[in-house]
Amino acid sequence: MTVSTAAKPASEAAPQTRQSRPLRFLTCGSVDDGKSTLIGRLLWDTKSVKADQAESLTRDSKGTRNGLDLPDFALLTDGLQAEREQGITIDVAYRYFSTAKRSFIVADTPGHVQYTRNMATGASTADLAVLLVDARAGLLEQTLRHASIAALMGIHQFVLAVNKIDLASYSREIFEQIAAEFREYALSLGVRAVTAIPMSALKGENVVHDGKAEMPWYDGPTLLETLELATVRSAQTVGFRMPVQRVCRPDESFRGYQGTVAGGAVKPGDSVVILPSGTPANVSKIVTYDLVRNAAVAGDAITLVLDRQVDVARGDMIASIDARPATGLHFDATLISLAQDGITPGKRYWLKSASRRQRVTVETFSAIDWKTRRWNEADALAVNTIGKVRLHFEETAIFDSYEANRDTGAFILIDPDTHNTVAGGMIQGRASDVSRIGKGSNERVVLLALPPEVAEKLIGSDFFASIRDDVEVRQTTRDQLAGLFDDGKED
Amino acid sequence: MPSPQKPPLDPHLKALENEAIYIFREVAAEFEKPVMLYSIGKDSSVLLHLARKAFYPGRIPFPLLHIDTGWKFAEMIALRDAIAAEGDVDVITFTNPRGPAENITPFTHGSALYTDIMKTQALRMALDAGGYDAAFGGARRDEEASRAKERIYSFRTPDHRWDPRNQRPELWSIYNGMIRKGESVRAFPLSNWTEGDIWRYIQAENIPIVPLYFAAERPVVERDGMLIHAEDKRLELLPGEQIRHERIRFRTLGCFPLTGAIHSEAETLDDIIAEIETATVSERQGRAIDRDQAGSMELKKREGYF
Repeated sequence: MTVSTAAKPASEAAPQTRQSRPLRFLTCGSVDDGKSTLIGRLLWDTKSVKADQAESLTRDSKGTRNGLDLPDFALLTDGLQAEREQGITIDVAYRYFSTAKRSFIVADTPGHVQYTRNMATGASTADLAVLLVDARAGLLEQTLRHASIAALMGIHQFVLAVNKIDLASYSREIFEQIAAEFREYALSLGVRAVTAIPMSALKGENVVHDGKAEMPWYDGPTLLETLELATVRSAQTVGFRMPVQRVCRPDESFRGYQGTVAGGAVKPGDSVVILPSGTPANVSKIVTYDLVRNAAVAGDAITLVLDRQVDVARGDMIASIDARPATGLHFDATLISLAQDGITPGKRYWLKSASRRQRVTVETFSAIDWKTRRWNEADALAVNTIGKVRLHFEETAIFDSYEANRDTGAFILIDPDTHNTVAGGMIQGRASDVSRIGKGSNERVVLLALPPEVAEKLIGSDFFASIRDDVEVRQTTRDQLAGLFDDGKED
Repeated sequence: MPSPQKPPLDPHLKALENEAIYIFREVAAEFEKPVMLYSIGKDSSVLLHLARKAFYPGRIPFPLLHIDTGWKFAEMIALRDAIAAEGDVDVITFTNPRGPAENITPFTHGSALYTDIMKTQALRMALDAGGYDAAFGGARRDEEASRAKERIYSFRTPDHRWDPRNQRPELWSIYNGMIRKGESVRAFPLSNWTEGDIWRYIQAENIPIVPLYFAAERPVVERDGMLIHAEDKRLELLPGEQIRHERIRFRTLGCFPLTGAIHSEAETLDDIIAEIETATVSERQGRAIDRDQAGSMELKKREGYF
């Protein structure tokens, strides 16, 4: 076999500057759907494989046979020796390639049931998911599970790669049936952006180059065209957030708070609040190595200087004074159990979110049953299961919902005995819990119903911030409220 | 020192820079005694620059550690000493005493044994001696197949071993820095950078690098298919070998007897960027230690090689 060593034509050379960050996507599917082959093909056809790598590819291909006079592309991504010997992928591999239009980071995730944690890892940072199915086998439980995990983790763009279409006689009927079935399932997950593509990764049809010769009936985009047009998940739109990573104090005259802006924007003069203490302050300076800046936006790593002496430590959050994250001791979340022992109810775990680490116990309500695709009641979570849980903290926790902000709404659980990362989780919101109001169950409590604009003013006040943990705020309609107050009967 | 006069980074490099600074700060905050491994190569130069940015206006809160095999290019040592002389960061140099004591050289002991003693074992000794619980490295996932699966926080046992089956899942950018006494973490702020990103960043930020990366006429000798820089007096010519003067440069830098040069006319950063974007071989192609057998980097990593 010969390896093309031709240099890329100038028109294909990567641009010197890029107008956006790399698109991150993951590939997932069942065992033997050909994920590694697909990525190998993408790298090969975008000329991202260098000659010496190709040489070791052909050297290592000896003894494996794919029936064609082609290198074994899977060897490009199956990097660990143990995997090569077993012919499977056991860990997430990250790959990098670029075209004239943009650059890409690919997470190649394994399909085996016991490695669902790697799939979750790849999905947590991805903008888009490529799901592979074998055209001969159609959608499997595993495929649907991966789609569910990706959707739960906030991925809203899917590519359904109906692979090995060459082994299904390039059948349009088979392709369209699988595509329709998947679209229906995706819709049930709230995902509308699905691009289905019939392809043969091995032969390179509809990956980078089109497959018109064998599939004249398909006039949609190739995989690469789809990826080049996909949108990068943009910064979340809630108010300013900066989890404090460390306090910078080179001398008595300077005290700055270092962290990465996790949402919104900030400029000198802005009013902020330190959480959980609730102390207000104003931003006096934004310092970076390059210059003192007049604004910073989500993603920027900065050093913030405040206008007054306040008590700020690692794990605190600096946030907009008028659009604060939720604080409290009880939050509802979706949890993905990653470790062999599962998640034990009542056990004290460490929870890390942004720069904050604190003790938590987990109360489990329900878990997904993959067979029926329903949430069933559950009080513990076995490995690789996804559950709805309530988190109980010993000290104030600070979160946004994951939907509103990935950076301030995601967390991991760490087992204090093994120090292993045993779960990943996504905050839904502060738990509805009236038990903390008042001192006992017979204590009098006062319900106050307000128009939203009045409530917002009250909630934004310093006084309210200081008592936030002792009150419960709910939104409802006037009709429902009328029912609650029994207004009708007293008339 | 900061230079306020340069144009802003493009969004791609800015995103990579932000990510690296976040990782630096996270490790510095969570570990008791971090250290930064400093190899003097282009990736190390970028790493050092990012560390300065991460902690400015404070000082870098950890030392740099250079594992000196005694066989580095002279121009590398010159840059290291210049960095140390700037005084804004502590530079520690460590050489495995077995090297000089037993006269271990890449010529007499072969690349595999020499690398094990003077790099892998030396690194373990230096990390143990310093009691470091976290070590920053400049490794990138795009460099080599087994690195494609490396975590940002790579967990190491008390004897510095890397078990690929026993690494923690890394979700979002939430890193788990909890370890027991004796265990350690290698942290890789440049994980998501490619070779092209490194060069574009060096150019955009005007970062000083070893001049050997730029093409010039230099004395070379061809050995085992590699072009070896023939400047150091300790390089003894084998029968049939001749010193030639050719226009060469290096894509990676290590120990001079084990690092192959490439023929090149790339004299500027623009030239280098243009060259690697049309290159048909990967940068590690010049490294003798990768070529022993498939998976050889993985084997070295399991033993504790960086």
